Amino acid sequence: MNEPAGNIPIDSKIKPALTSLLYQLADDDFILAYRGSEWLGLAPHIEEDVAFSSISQDTMGHAAMFYQLLSNLGEGNVDSLAHAREASERQNAVLLELVNGPGHYLSSAQYDWAFAVVRNYFYSQAKKIRLDSLKNSSYQPLAEVALKVNMELYYHLLHWKTWVIQLMQAGGEARTRMEAAIGKVLADFEGVLNLGPLAKEMAEHDLVEKEEVLKQRWLFIMKPVFESVNLSVSEADIAMKNGNGRIGEHTADLDDALSTLSEVYSINPAASW
Amino acid sequence: MSEALFYQEMTEEEKYEQFMKRINTGEKIEADDWMPEDYRMTLIKLISMHGISEIMGALPEKEWVPKAPSLKRKLGIMAKVQDEMGHGQLLLRVAEDLMKPLGKTREDIMQDLFSGKLKFHNVFHMEAPTWGDAGLIGWLVDGAAIITQTNMLNASYGPYARALKRICAEEVFHAQHGEAIIMALAEGTDEQRAMVQDAVNRWWEALLMFFGPGDASTTGTSKQDTTIKYKIRTKTNEDLRQDFFTKYIPRVLSLGLTLPDETMHFDQERELWIYKQPDWNRFKDIIKNNGPKSQERLGLRRTAYDTNKWVREALNTAN
Repeated sequence: MNEPAGNIPIDSKIKPALTSLLYQLADDDFILAYRGSEWLGLAPHIEEDVAFSSISQDTMGHAAMFYQLLSNLGEGNVDSLAHAREASERQNAVLLELVNGPGHYLSSAQYDWAFAVVRNYFYSQAKKIRLDSLKNSSYQPLAEVALKVNMELYYHLLHWKTWVIQLMQAGGEARTRMEAAIGKVLADFEGVLNLGPLAKEMAEHDLVEKEEVLKQRWLFIMKPVFESVNLSVSEADIAMKNGNGRIGEHTADLDDALSTLSEVYSINPAASW
Repeated sequence: MSEALFYQEMTEEEKYEQFMKRINTGEKIEADDWMPEDYRMTLIKLISMHGISEIMGALPEKEWVPKAPSLKRKLGIMAKVQDEMGHGQLLLRVAEDLMKPLGKTREDIMQDLFSGKLKFHNVFHMEAPTWGDAGLIGWLVDGAAIITQTNMLNASYGPYARALKRICAEEVFHAQHGEAIIMALAEGTDEQRAMVQDAVNRWWEALLMFFGPGDASTTGTSKQDTTIKYKIRTKTNEDLRQDFFTKYIPRVLSLGLTLPDETMHFDQERELWIYKQPDWNRFKDIIKNNGPKSQERLGLRRTAYDTNKWVREALNTAN
């Protein structure tokens, strides 16, 4: 986390697009890893608990790497970036902040495993596509981080894909629950694929490919998977029902998450913990 | 004559004699070997309790995983709790092999946990209300666990001994992780220091209880004689508690912290730590699931188990 990528001077024309892209990458991983950490001890079986917490840990590590890149650009220290920003300053996709299901993570959690596997699979695939593109980013420190993150992502993707296919093929209650979860995830998946108001500049400066190209790539890769489980999904199903997180629109779920995850940090942000 | 056939013709007494000879010469017993019934039952009880304690032990720390105060601490505690779940998994597999001849499975282990038949360690029934507790669990609870587990590294039952080797190696990192949290707090603001002192005060009695009663006269039953006879462990509960004092009391004091026991001192002549006995009646009550957090944590696991029932059913269909 403390490996400065060398404060490479950044063209002021590029900086807004670059920082926005980094905030999206960092905030997406950070909030999803947080949601994953709430699942701890509650997964369907012990083996899955071990695997899921390993994935959440990787994802939190990725967030830390992206926050470090922001820190190197003068955006502040990594812990304040992760813990001290208001919901309106966060650029994560709304889908990733939504609660895991009814109840509280310490007492009455009735979490939805179907939602967990679908959200994680769809997101991991979108993240993989984005990272493959970022490996060729004109911003070298980001290209280097993308390379590292990509190696771990392969296993995440395999893990979630296996779950989704298995539960979709099980039929019965599992199928019903999975279809409901897919509907819920797609209703906000545009928010994940979206790169925000500076998407055009990101592509122009070769930071990442065009939003539409990445989106079509996701649809192309997912199509045979959907077909293999007899599910028809069209582009029109993909929406942004609960707002665009890239411009700071969020739900009350994020406010609750932020107050929990910064509870100890906020006792004294200046203290060493 | 093959060895197996030879074995079949032996009387129970001869088998027992041979078994004792094997363990007394340091040979390891494996899952498929003949073993006396009370050896098997003692191991099942010990290992399933150990395994389920690792899993229930994730719950007090779980509270602090999302709340850890920095990215570094978030990553550290996530890794730590993941290890604990992994230990639980490893140990339950060892217990499952032992239970196989009895026709029992992991489902029985979970049901026994929910019904209260299978107990889990007293420390995991306790409250962990501050970040100081998260540090203290890693430092002193894991520290205590290292001491009890090291005592069984040469256990006569091979699969358990091998699992413990791996577990102990990881526990050392956990204790370092806990110690790092505690050090940062102890060297921090007045509020942070108070957090650690509160945690020490809150956990001290539970830590003494962790090693179990000195002998059966305290709580009515004690398995330690059986486990020593069968070379599963070497030291008594009291030996282990004394080892813990010797290792940790100087460290606690060197951080400027105090112990909530004014009688605590080292008797040079007897070479023993003198301390106030914990309330063993309270101990008995806690492990009967009447501790401050017992029902809430069992409830959380039970709710998750019920909520995920459809997933287990779907997996059974698929297999």
